[in-house]
Amino acid sequence: MPLDFATPFTPVASLVGGILIGLSAVFVMALFGRIAGISGITSGALPGARSDWSWRLAFVIGLIAAPLAVLALTSRSVPQVVPANLPAMAVAGLLVGFGTVLGSGCTSGHGVCGLARLSPRSLAAVGIFMATAFVTVFVLRHLA
Amino acid sequence: MRPLLGFLCGLLFGVGLVVGGMSDPAKVLNFLDLFGRWDPSLAVVMAGASVTAFIGYRLVRRRDRPLLLPDFQIPRRGPIDTQLLLGAAVFGIGWGIGGFCPGPAWTALPLAARGTLVFLPAMLVGMALAAMLKRRSAAKTPMTDGRT
Repeated sequence: MPLDFATPFTPVASLVGGILIGLSAVFVMALFGRIAGISGITSGALPGARSDWSWRLAFVIGLIAAPLAVLALTSRSVPQVVPANLPAMAVAGLLVGFGTVLGSGCTSGHGVCGLARLSPRSLAAVGIFMATAFVTVFVLRHLA
Repeated sequence: MRPLLGFLCGLLFGVGLVVGGMSDPAKVLNFLDLFGRWDPSLAVVMAGASVTAFIGYRLVRRRDRPLLLPDFQIPRRGPIDTQLLLGAAVFGIGWGIGGFCPGPAWTALPLAARGTLVFLPAMLVGMALAAMLKRRSAAKTPMTDGRT
């Protein structure tokens, strides 16, 4: 895989980032009474998808605006290396979209919010998607 | 009011992803590469976010209703069924290939890498297909859980 280079462990920045994500999840619960799961928010963001779609669409626009806000505030570019194998990215996108809706959640809905609620379903989902992701990367990087 | 506050929540979430390094698929894929160039950052993000939400949810649930909508909609404690496990397994494979889960895929959009521009529409198609499938199976058998 072309992406095989080391990235530094960033415990402080990652802890701060995690706390911000957790705060966002708490605000979503306090304001809207909903789980801050990005797959659920995305699939419910289309006009007419649900009666309360407008805040979801606005949430997605906020996500998109975030790197621009960071860039404007810190004037530092956001490091990002995206895999360039386009057919693989198309397959990856299909699997992520299909799997998160079929399994009712992703890294945020099951991961962050589900673990915070001590939900057995979410704990099971996190265990499974972590396991298949570890195996997939192992196969692609070390066997293929 | 709702769209503005929704936007700010999304912005906060996205800034958290960017600050935590999770908007970079290289970093996510290195977390998933246990036997290679392992970067544990994602675990720290996940722990910080879950513990914050765990504490915050306890404070919020003392109220009868959320501030802007009439009721709390919390997923019911249904059984751990095939649909949940199969969906999670499929998601994990896609995550391991592309290094994107749904949140970071959105925050990657402004930088407009070609991989992102292919991944995002494919993700939306996958979501629509799964939603169709779920609606069909829900019409046949009563579902225990339909949302995140």
